[in-house]
Amino acid sequence: MKATVKITLKYGVLDPQGKAIEKSLGQLGFSGVNEVRQGKLIELDIDADTPEAAEKQITEMCEKLLANTVIENYDIQLNLAE
Amino acid sequence: MQASVIVFPGSNCDRDVAVCLEAATGKKPNMVWHGNSDLPDSDVIVLPGGFSYGDYLRCGSMAANSPIMKEVVLKAQKGTAVLGICNGFQVLTECGLLPGVLMQNAALNFVCRNTRLIVDNNTTPFTGLYQQGEEVVIPVAHNEGNYFADDETLDELSGEGRIVLSYVPEDNPNGACKNIAGICDASGRVLGMMPHPERRAETALGGEDGKRMFTGLVEALS
Repeated sequence: MKATVKITLKYGVLDPQGKAIEKSLGQLGFSGVNEVRQGKLIELDIDADTPEAAEKQITEMCEKLLANTVIENYDIQLNLAE
Repeated sequence: MQASVIVFPGSNCDRDVAVCLEAATGKKPNMVWHGNSDLPDSDVIVLPGGFSYGDYLRCGSMAANSPIMKEVVLKAQKGTAVLGICNGFQVLTECGLLPGVLMQNAALNFVCRNTRLIVDNNTTPFTGLYQQGEEVVIPVAHNEGNYFADDETLDELSGEGRIVLSYVPEDNPNGACKNIAGICDASGRVLGMMPHPERRAETALGGEDGKRMFTGLVEALS
């Protein structure tokens, strides 16, 4: 079962890379762009019998390794079409 | 006193810190590969600077899950002194021995220079040979040294005297909250710090301000 995990910085945590991207977009002439935040996207293929089991395992992965929950949120999307 | 230095793939300050530890203790430290699950008896365990696992995912996150780290956490919980320098500090936060996280420097630059530090707590085994409030010069070299924690944690750290080292405010190289350069756990026996004491432990290297951290450890733990 394929899944994607989206990891983003929590609201209120300073994101200097997002700020730098926002500034560059402004310099390129894209006006009115605000609140740019940079995150990570992790794709994985997991052996699991049910979507619930997959989600449970991936949640554990996020808590233990994939995200640092002091500063990051994670969002798990299962690709059930395949 | 016996020291152990944990060597991760990508550690690059392990041999420098070993030289300092040997000079202070008179004994060669154990160099322990991260893949081992046995840690020889040690009075102090050092997690050195470097780029463990190429800083993949997040600095220190892979190293924090190395087999040896289970042992390091157990020993720390039993009272063995643990010193994490730079990448070692990042590993200590990732494995949960210290709170907070080291984020990318606020100015997005790798910073490699001397910094002026204040010793805010000289009652730890690491800082006993410094005066309380003393200003020292120790270099930093990092891209992710911007210490961040929630307000509650920061208040707890400052209220309990667990901010051990802080940058002189006008010399904060990375945007760290409360100018934090180094913090300890509640027992005072686990210290994480971004500056590199091993890089300023001989006059030939520009000064000896870092040396007292190692000689002080020997005095405190012998």
